[in-house]
Amino acid sequence: MIRFENVTKLYKGASRPALDDVSVDIEKGEFVFLVGASGSGKSTFLRLALREERPTSGNIWVAGKDLNKLPSWKVPMLRRQIGCVFQDFRLLPNKTVAGNVAFALEVIGRPSSEIKRVIPNVLELVGLEGKEDSYPNEISGGEQQRVAIARAFINRPAVLIADEPTGNLDPETSVGIMKLLDRINRIGTTVVMATHDVAIVDQMRKRVIEIDTGHVVRDQARGVYGAGA
Amino acid sequence: MRVGFVLQEVGTGLRRNVTLTVAVIITVAVSLSLFGASLLVRAQVGQMKDYWYDRVEVSIFLCGDISDAPSCSDGEVSKEEKDKIREELNNLKPLVETVYYESKSDALKRFREQFKDSPLADTASEDQMPESFRVKLSDPTKFAVIAAAFIDRSGVEDVRDQRASLERLFKALSGLQNLALVIAAVMLVVTGLLISNTMRVAAFSRRRETSIMRLVGASNWSIRFPFLVEAAFAAILGTAVAVGALAAGKYYLIDQTLASTFTFTTFIDWNALYAIIPILLATGIGLAVVAAGITLRKYLKV
Repeated sequence: MIRFENVTKLYKGASRPALDDVSVDIEKGEFVFLVGASGSGKSTFLRLALREERPTSGNIWVAGKDLNKLPSWKVPMLRRQIGCVFQDFRLLPNKTVAGNVAFALEVIGRPSSEIKRVIPNVLELVGLEGKEDSYPNEISGGEQQRVAIARAFINRPAVLIADEPTGNLDPETSVGIMKLLDRINRIGTTVVMATHDVAIVDQMRKRVIEIDTGHVVRDQARGVYGAGA
Repeated sequence: MRVGFVLQEVGTGLRRNVTLTVAVIITVAVSLSLFGASLLVRAQVGQMKDYWYDRVEVSIFLCGDISDAPSCSDGEVSKEEKDKIREELNNLKPLVETVYYESKSDALKRFREQFKDSPLADTASEDQMPESFRVKLSDPTKFAVIAAAFIDRSGVEDVRDQRASLERLFKALSGLQNLALVIAAVMLVVTGLLISNTMRVAAFSRRRETSIMRLVGASNWSIRFPFLVEAAFAAILGTAVAVGALAAGKYYLIDQTLASTFTFTTFIDWNALYAIIPILLATGIGLAVVAAGITLRKYLKV
């Protein structure tokens, strides 16, 4: 689903590459944790997969597409197959819960009849029934992240990329979010999650890819956060 | 992209940047008013040229007994000389379209008509008036042919081209028109820069929305479209204000003031104004869309 082949990314003006000759293969339906210190290259990895950045060298395939050969006008189509969730939720404060989720469909031109039909389903999936008309500042952080997940998932993407989705949440709420992501993964969505949350990684026992100063130093099925454990 | 959704986005954008939108409307209005005014002046000058060049004549003034030009040293023009001139003029057809002889009494009549409100009209006498041939040319620019043939000839005091005096007037008018065009061009550039800056602010103030739009896979076109519609909307309003200003100018300045004062010429009619509306609209919208498009390419990159 996501394949990096000898990918190097050197940002302009940087002394060392953010990613250095990284090769990773993530299969369809996998749940992968991306761990590593701040500045290790996790975010660069995710940005490259989203084609927000282009590699200095190497090849990247996402959802069957060679990103080096993908013309920029087709990039929006690629992104419709990738859902994104972030630490800071990125909701629109002037739109309701339902409005925020609907926005993702409105901007790609879906008819309003379809939007009205699918919104209740996805809100139920993430556990936000009854909150449709609340505004982001009226609900808790965990609920806000659920809205963001609903928005990322509403297009039924092949891949869900989550960049520290629990970074702003307390442990208890985080568990709820992880259960939700696990559920989405079980439906068949590939999930790639960058995180610093030791407890979650250790508890979930999923594949762990550790990046350090641009190198993949560990790629372990059913791994834990810290090396050697 | 659904129409309702785009309109909603446009409405939000316009409300959020209302002061900048108003600034864009005003600068578009001012620059297009100037641009439109210079186009109307050009139409007016063109019309006056048609009107006057159709009426200009070459005048061949003949020597009277009070003339002191060197070619008049033999005194008043003789009948033979006059017949000779008339014959030669007739030989110059088709360049010479019509020849009209104006006698001293005709000249006095015309003089009295021109100065009927002045005491000069009463003091003038027939002896002071020159006889002349009034020649209308098929091509008014070929004055030199007539001048070469008749100037300095005995019995001819002077050959005068009315066109020459008109030319000075038209030169002054086209100078004014060029000045208005230059000012309009500068204003249009300023307007373009302001629109570009406004779009930058608009893109910045909606960076949250646009970043989400990019993430969920909205196309470039659908991200930029609401911004372009906003710019075009402001440009259309500005153009409407400019057209209103030009119509007011045409009504109050030309119809109410100039037309009743300067009866010797015709003025542009409303059709001249209607004719430039599409030009102004195209300039306004084109400028807005191009300026906004260039800015958005830079600030709303996928």
